Amino acid sequence: MAAKEEAVAARLAGLTAGPGLAGPRAEARARLEVMGLPGRRDEYWRWTDPAALNGATPAAAKAAEDDEAPLFDALDRLKIVFVDGVFDAAASDDLTLAGVEIARLADKIPAWAEALYGTLEAAGQNPVKRPFAALNTAQATDGVLIRVTAKAEKPINLIYVHKSETSDPILHHLVHLEPGAELTLLETGPAGARFNKVMEVDVGSGASFHHIRAQGPDSECRAVTHIFARVAEKALFKSFTLTVNGALTRNEAVIEIIGNDAVAHVAGAALGDGATGPFLHDDTVFVTHQGLRCESRQVFKKVLKHGAIGTFQGKILVKPGAQKTDGYQISQSLLLDDDSQFLAKPELEIYADDVKCSHGSTTGAIDETALFYLRSRGVPEEEAKGLLVLSFLADAIDEIEDAGLKEDIVARLETWLARHRD
Amino acid sequence: MLEIKNLHVKLEEGEKVILKGMNLTVETGKVHAIMGPNGSGKSTMSYVLAGRPGYTVTDGSAKLQGQELLEMDPEARAAAGLFLAFQYPVEIPGVGNMTFLRTALNAQRKARGEEELSAGEFLKLVRDKAKSLKIDAEMLKRPVNVGFSGGEKKRNEILQMAMLEPKMCILDETDSGLDVDAMRLVSEGVNALRSEGRSFLVITHYQRLLDHIQPDVVHIMADGRILQTGGPDLALEVEKNGYADILAAHGLTEAK
Ligand SMILES: Nc1ncnc2c1ncn2[C@@H]1O[C@H](COP(=O)(O)OP(=O)(O)OP(=O)(O)O)[C@@H](O)[C@H]1O
Ligand SMILES: [Mg+2]
Repeated sequence: MAAKEEAVAARLAGLTAGPGLAGPRAEARARLEVMGLPGRRDEYWRWTDPAALNGATPAAAKAAEDDEAPLFDALDRLKIVFVDGVFDAAASDDLTLAGVEIARLADKIPAWAEALYGTLEAAGQNPVKRPFAALNTAQATDGVLIRVTAKAEKPINLIYVHKSETSDPILHHLVHLEPGAELTLLETGPAGARFNKVMEVDVGSGASFHHIRAQGPDSECRAVTHIFARVAEKALFKSFTLTVNGALTRNEAVIEIIGNDAVAHVAGAALGDGATGPFLHDDTVFVTHQGLRCESRQVFKKVLKHGAIGTFQGKILVKPGAQKTDGYQISQSLLLDDDSQFLAKPELEIYADDVKCSHGSTTGAIDETALFYLRSRGVPEEEAKGLLVLSFLADAIDEIEDAGLKEDIVARLETWLARHRD
Repeated sequence: MLEIKNLHVKLEEGEKVILKGMNLTVETGKVHAIMGPNGSGKSTMSYVLAGRPGYTVTDGSAKLQGQELLEMDPEARAAAGLFLAFQYPVEIPGVGNMTFLRTALNAQRKARGEEELSAGEFLKLVRDKAKSLKIDAEMLKRPVNVGFSGGEKKRNEILQMAMLEPKMCILDETDSGLDVDAMRLVSEGVNALRSEGRSFLVITHYQRLLDHIQPDVVHIMADGRILQTGGPDLALEVEKNGYADILAAHGLTEAK
């Protein structure tokens, strides 16, 4: 016990939490002290060494020279910019948007946010411990508090700029959708040398939440992120993440479907090339069904080359009484050479008898027959491989409903592919 | 146009020899047909010409307009004007038929130093060609060959050929799996492409296709080489009598 607390104290030593929320922050710290920092002995950290996330300071990470046009540039959206985790008022739009109330964690905190802060994270600590999320709740310096009361007039884009080689931002966002409200939230950019982010999303009945995130392209950065979502009756939750590059990325999604007839989809496409630096990408997902007739989908795809490593730990838990659940999970990797590696642990735990749940996991290489077919039509080998990679990722990308957003994400992918030809 | 000399090919893995001294010349503007028993090496020859990995050429050469094909990448052979309509067209989930066609066409144009087609020009071209092959817009939107019927796949091969306008077209059993109407459509598609500067090598088991696409020359292939060459009558003779006599004349039995 003492050793654990000491390790936690050492980890938190240099950190200064944002103002307010003394109660929930103290509770989170207490949670963290009980569970301790993760180590490789922990079941959910067997494949991802948390050492680099446990250190008091981050390893230096250079900001990539980014000559690519910013993502979603042509889109009418409300921009909220953080540079190395520090809110940049000048680069951000006014935080006013029809149908939405926006505040900041570092500012005056509205009552609804006081009540929500840390609660979904705390609930998501069972049965799997998520120490970095508790650390985040205790220590977050800033974040965006979004309350959606109607259909948001336009998407909100959280833009994370990485400049400092040693930045170590901890951001905590809250999103609360009132019944029937609608929001599309975009997150883009690498954020800092080491980024810890938690987002708690409370989706009210009949509300819909679309989340599209693009991580990267900085090769040396590390990130540990959590989404904790609570999905009410007839609500829709959809989250898609594109990751390109990154020394270590651990994305956890903890989704609790509490109402009937709700839908929750979480998807990801990750591309890593060990030739431009180490790449380890970890998706850890936990979907709990409590309501009747709910649908969940997990679609995760990874494209790996030159020693890149991908891992997936995904679970569907169907609680007693959650009848007519339709749960689906697929995790797949495309290994572009023999050096790369994909590890997957799909889990189903079902306590209701009238449900439909399936899961699958595959690891494969480029289909040589398809490659030859394309080349025989004149498509050069590398371009043909690019097409086949896109075709491999299609199921995940198709989880993005908005055609324009999808196009932008595909353009990102194409740029990455063009830059990582052999 | 195409000149195959003394071509010997074995499988890369193992010792199986498939082509055993194949000789064939297709003149510019001509239509040649190849018939031959199952397993005689017709598809293998097409694949080797198109550059499919997995085969080792142990001897011989294959030239397209004087250029040695066997040393080129498959995409370079395509850009040089070679086209193979596959016996078994490949399904590519997740790649739209349109994207595929446009990527292929523009890649070839680029390789030849020609200007790429704009989205508008391409669309007009593909719609026209698809219409004459009775390929509907919905099929163009679907992933390449995925969920296509056997006949649809073959028509899709001919659409690709019509779009890419190759100089040397090899059709490997394009008639198999086609109903009577589709056979006529496909043949019309091929005949529309017949021209002075373009040659065809039509691999088939049936005279019926050759009623529609009339060949100038017919070859009989067995045991990895051309046994006999003649005019259109040769196909009729095979249709009537089978291969037994021809094989016997070369000391081969039907079972090889
Ligand atoms: N990859 C391979 N592995 C093993 N055997 C092969 C392979 N490719 C071809 N063969 C063999 O080589 C021979 C020639 O095959 P090929 O497909 O070229 O014949 P074909 O003349 O096209 O026959 P068909 O009329 O049935 O289409 C056959 O005996 C076939 O089994
Ligand atoms: Mg064949």
